Amino acid sequence: MQISMTVNGAEVTNVIEPRVLLVHYIRDVLRLTGTHWGCDTSNCGTCVVLMDGTPVKSCTVLAAMADGRDIRTVEGLAAGGTLDPVQQGFMEEHGLQCGFCTPGMMLTARALLDKNPHPDDGEIREAISGQICRCTGYATIVRSVKWAAEHPRLSDNEQADAGPSEEFADTIPAEEVRS
Amino acid sequence: MMKLRLARPEWLIDINDLRELDFILRNGDVLRVGAMTRHATLLESAEVSRLFPIVSDAERVIADPTVRNRGTIGGSLCQADPAEDLSTVCEVLRGSAVIRGPRGERVIPLTEFHQGPYETAVAQNELLTEVRFPIRPRSGSAYEKVERRVGDWAIVAAGAAMSLADDGTMDDVAMGLTSVGLAGTVTEAEDLLRGKAPSEELFVEAGRIAARACDPVADQRGPVDYKRHLADELTRRVLRRAAVRATDSQEG
Repeated sequence: MQISMTVNGAEVTNVIEPRVLLVHYIRDVLRLTGTHWGCDTSNCGTCVVLMDGTPVKSCTVLAAMADGRDIRTVEGLAAGGTLDPVQQGFMEEHGLQCGFCTPGMMLTARALLDKNPHPDDGEIREAISGQICRCTGYATIVRSVKWAAEHPRLSDNEQADAGPSEEFADTIPAEEVRS
Repeated sequence: MMKLRLARPEWLIDINDLRELDFILRNGDVLRVGAMTRHATLLESAEVSRLFPIVSDAERVIADPTVRNRGTIGGSLCQADPAEDLSTVCEVLRGSAVIRGPRGERVIPLTEFHQGPYETAVAQNELLTEVRFPIRPRSGSAYEKVERRVGDWAIVAAGAAMSLADDGTMDDVAMGLTSVGLAGTVTEAEDLLRGKAPSEELFVEAGRIAARACDPVADQRGPVDYKRHLADELTRRVLRRAAVRATDSQEG
């Protein structure tokens, strides 16, 4: 069957077997291997991608169910060479060790901050409670998300009059955008 | 279900686009919830948590936030896992299921919906479209679950709902248990409580009856005596909390 969707802003169309899961479509067909395939049973959360802005476990969504939807993977977090504040936060606060859970953690964090720009520790822990970090680095992950909340990209906020428009925000170096 | 090889359908139809089945509507003294209403939507609904706090209690401990973004009330009920939480919730709220098929629509009480593990009253050519809950004045409800880790299926969970008469006695009360082999509600304990004023002594006795009435199996989640202990303790807790909520309730 033929499916079409938007992945990280680009239109994609492919002919696939109906049984193909979204995680396999993203990894094996689109070759976007940043999305990881873990438990395959909706427990570990490393396969989380954003579907129409909402975090979903892509091992439990058939690719066909994403037809016509807007998908965002970890490759779509950075924009124009500038890391998303969530990615920067994971660097600043040592939010990863082996890195296997990281893509799902970061997309879940992105969706949380889009909905709730100033979460407290409890809200962050609740948001990532469907993600497992087998390095058990939860404390630093929570700190990473907090860092991102404290350093929003200007385009994530209500635009100030003097702020750059969203169109050009990507071209401005990270340090300037964050300050 | 398909990954566990419990279901091998020849055809699979994605019903996610049936947006008309995603709704929470109040019609007089009935709350109507569409079968495709997401867990996340139920949890975020202020009206649901005000009218039926048991739903919020349960939704908070169903899987995790990401799974709740996709999972639906209809999906949970139709999967009919014996450890599934909303079945107990819907039964103690005296809910009913609206089922539609080629011959039209039929409405059955939730207590007749489940016919065994992974089996429901919904026929092959039918679809669960809606769950209806009666709204009663001076009512309260509660759910509590013990699980091995966040987001897991219940080791044991208990739910209770009651409505109070003008004199403060329980004119209706319903109690259910999750994951311990109980079909329907704990009717013996309900009969004991009905018509009496809520009291700790009665709730202790109801807990004892619930522990006796259930039929748990020993598995990796725990031995039988531990599960009976949980059934007893959790029954007392949810009855206490439902009684407090019913007393505080202003809803007519």
